[in-house]
Amino acid sequence: MITKTAEALRRGETTARALTEAALARIRERGEETNAFITVLDEYALSAADRVDERIKAGDASLLCGIPAALKDNILTEGIPTTAASLMLSGFSAPFSAAAWEGISAAGGVLVGKTNLDEFAMGSFGETSAFGPVRNPLSPSHSAGGSSSGSAAAVADGQAMFALGSDTGGSVRVPAAFCGVVGLKPTYGRISRRGLIAFASSLDTVGILTRTVRDAAIVLDAAAVPDAGDMTMIPREDTLLDWLSAMERGVRDIRVGVVRNLPLLAPEVKEAYERSISVMEAHGAKITEVTIPAPDDAYTAYYIIAASEASSNLARYDGIRYGTSENGSTYTEGILAARRRFGAEIKRRLLAGTFALSFDGRADYYEKACRLRREITSDLNAQFARADVLLLPTVPHTATRLFETVDDGLPYQTADCLCTAASLAGLPAVSVPLRRAGEMPVGIEIIAPFMREDLLFAAARALEEGVSDD
Amino acid sequence: MTDLTKYEMIVGLEVHAELLTVTKIFCSCSASYGAAANTQICPICMGLPGTMPRLNKNAVWLGIRAGLVTDSLIARRTHFDRKNYFYPDLPKGYQITQYDEPLCRGGFITVDTESGERRIGINRIHLEEDAGKLLHEGTVTKVDYNRAGVPLIEIVSEPDIRSADEAKAYLSTLRERLVFAGVSDCKMNEGSMRCDVNLSVRRLGDSAYGTRTEIKNVNSIAFVGKAIAYEFKRQAEILEVGGKIVPETRRYDEASGETVLMRKKESAADYRYLREPDIPDIMITEGEIEAIRGEIPPMPDVLRAQFVAHGIKPDAAYRLAETPAVAAYFSAVLKKTENPTVAANLLIGEIFPEGDSAPRLPAAALARIADLVGKKKITAASARRLTHLCGEDDPDTVAERERMLVITDEATIEALAKEAIHRNPDVIAEIRAGKEKAKEVLVGAVMKQSRGRADAAAVRRAIDALML
Repeated sequence: MITKTAEALRRGETTARALTEAALARIRERGEETNAFITVLDEYALSAADRVDERIKAGDASLLCGIPAALKDNILTEGIPTTAASLMLSGFSAPFSAAAWEGISAAGGVLVGKTNLDEFAMGSFGETSAFGPVRNPLSPSHSAGGSSSGSAAAVADGQAMFALGSDTGGSVRVPAAFCGVVGLKPTYGRISRRGLIAFASSLDTVGILTRTVRDAAIVLDAAAVPDAGDMTMIPREDTLLDWLSAMERGVRDIRVGVVRNLPLLAPEVKEAYERSISVMEAHGAKITEVTIPAPDDAYTAYYIIAASEASSNLARYDGIRYGTSENGSTYTEGILAARRRFGAEIKRRLLAGTFALSFDGRADYYEKACRLRREITSDLNAQFARADVLLLPTVPHTATRLFETVDDGLPYQTADCLCTAASLAGLPAVSVPLRRAGEMPVGIEIIAPFMREDLLFAAARALEEGVSDD
Repeated sequence: MTDLTKYEMIVGLEVHAELLTVTKIFCSCSASYGAAANTQICPICMGLPGTMPRLNKNAVWLGIRAGLVTDSLIARRTHFDRKNYFYPDLPKGYQITQYDEPLCRGGFITVDTESGERRIGINRIHLEEDAGKLLHEGTVTKVDYNRAGVPLIEIVSEPDIRSADEAKAYLSTLRERLVFAGVSDCKMNEGSMRCDVNLSVRRLGDSAYGTRTEIKNVNSIAFVGKAIAYEFKRQAEILEVGGKIVPETRRYDEASGETVLMRKKESAADYRYLREPDIPDIMITEGEIEAIRGEIPPMPDVLRAQFVAHGIKPDAAYRLAETPAVAAYFSAVLKKTENPTVAANLLIGEIFPEGDSAPRLPAAALARIADLVGKKKITAASARRLTHLCGEDDPDTVAERERMLVITDEATIEALAKEAIHRNPDVIAEIRAGKEKAKEVLVGAVMKQSRGRADAAAVRRAIDALML
């Protein structure tokens, strides 16, 4: 999509302003129903579009020039409010922009707005936002998934051509699966996290939501600029060209690892998974059977580690230096009043994480979870001796109905359990949509070895191509 | 009265020293002291959402220096941890520090005490960031975040200290070594060196440790001595009447000279340590450690030994190696003079009182002045004047201009002696009457006439010859 639009821009068939106006019109038209955006940037976007049009006229060949983009509202933008969908940050505007957005902005992407999310990216259904739930553009009674709910919904609905999200344990892949778009979680350390509001730092990645696999590669190329501000970044040696040629080469003789007898799969997901295996086989891939770490173990380790790190990362919200301030006669009263503004899901995870790190909980929870993480990482990596990429359903079911889930945390486990292993191991993963008229889409997840986005894109493109023939 | 000699104190010290880096440990803000409140802050050290630490490698290098000058083992692989607690001066709600893999372990320093040399063990040295500073103004508390993120080392001693004097000697020696190594300026009055005291008391001969208390943030070495003496007595008196020591945090009150209760330690604080996920492990190579070792200037004990080897008295040698600037200056003087004792006396007697941190007189000039004295070309009195007069000028030229050069010419001295004899017939009579001491009056007269420049021995010889 991006490539074709870029060509149209170069030929003068459209302008960045026209594309931006169209995206803004779509947001106005569909905003109330989908609730995909927290902040819409009309004038800001149009003036940025005009500047980009000048660049295009001057011969700028960057593929992202003039493409309407959206950012999950936990990614900082200088001078524009960033809320993390929390009352805690109302009134907060960051004094600097996220490195990932700087990269895309430099490439000419036009920001049309900041998208809705689960509060501080904690949630799988887009239901915990202080700004109300995101509705699935394909069916307003359904969840758009989470936590990058608004980013997935905006891309699925044409309110932006691509969006950045964040993925800690499935937060890009789950909403991509629910909304029927491509959701890429790159290798941990591939994109700078500087300017991404931290949830669980050892798991957080900036992710990408697009309509096509090729678009995801183009956006990744622009977002993954070197940044000395994130010490955990992995030096990059590959280029967009490497990824595009990997997609060209396809999956002939590539070994695709599949898992038989996955429990809990909804029938439509099971069927879509079988179909995706056939598609890969038809493209010349070798199907091999692999085993993956028990999804519930992965989720448990993920949950404990993420909650523990969150209890530390979110300690800074004390209402003293920025965001919501509450007066109290003492420091303790003031900080307690400020922190009461956290939503229920945040409080639940902060309590869990605080306990997991405490004297009483540490040995049984945090330390055990860290050991489990090491085992899962090594088990998952061991599968690459037999397979070049792994193929799994992204979520065991399709989009849930909003607020039908029971408030005991179990639905989160079901939604995220097939995504968390790749997060624990820091591996690149992508969710590719399988759409069928009249049905909610299914996401199929591909996992590749560390820093092997080339293999990831090759397999994802083959799958995308195969299922578009349906 | 409690007989304190029946008791023994067990003391361990925790010393925080700010590192002499230009910038803070995780951002590029200035780490300098004394700027207007909240002018040296940025999103990173203010802990804004979305910020990440960026490690200043110089802090690691200085931490390694601190380890090397305390004979510690340097970790080849180390990492940072988060210490989680809420406090208004702590922007992120956690302090980035080192918990289970400190930068340095297992060191020691040797200190001189009245009872001889003592070796005080150093358990560990770790890196961490400083917090901001609270300013209490009546009912209002303000926060200055300039200090937030300034790099610190925490040096934890073993519980090897047995007296207030040992504690003071340990702190002085540690401070001297850190200052000489360029690790920290260790100014306790500015807070760039801070000391917490852990102290317990037991009956002499007991092997088990007693319950300890912690005295926080004592801000001079002298006060550390006083706080320890007070706390030892306080605990001993409680034990003497069968009382129990309660684990608690105390502070030293300078006005009353007492330690006072801050808070009871009902349960150990739970800091929920967490490995810092934003900073990858730090690998340190043998080559890097050796390169740092090579950059460390000589330590004061080594310099003092060198000075003593050049004939300087131990007391003087001690003073000449009190600061790195003076020690470097005197080392330069030593290379150029054949009269180190004279130079040392001039430096201590004449130049130190000027109060400059580094002498204005070039080292070569002081060396030359000392040698002029040694060659008897000028008198000691002239040398003292010359140190103030010389400045950048050549000492020989100034000495000549100021008519300081000693008169050794025999004809001139004989003329001066003749004149003195001529003018003092009564003294001559006394001498002839056998009052040998009266001769000194004549010598004094010659010296006065020559304004101190005549060589006294030559004058005596001339007088003797004339009176034959």
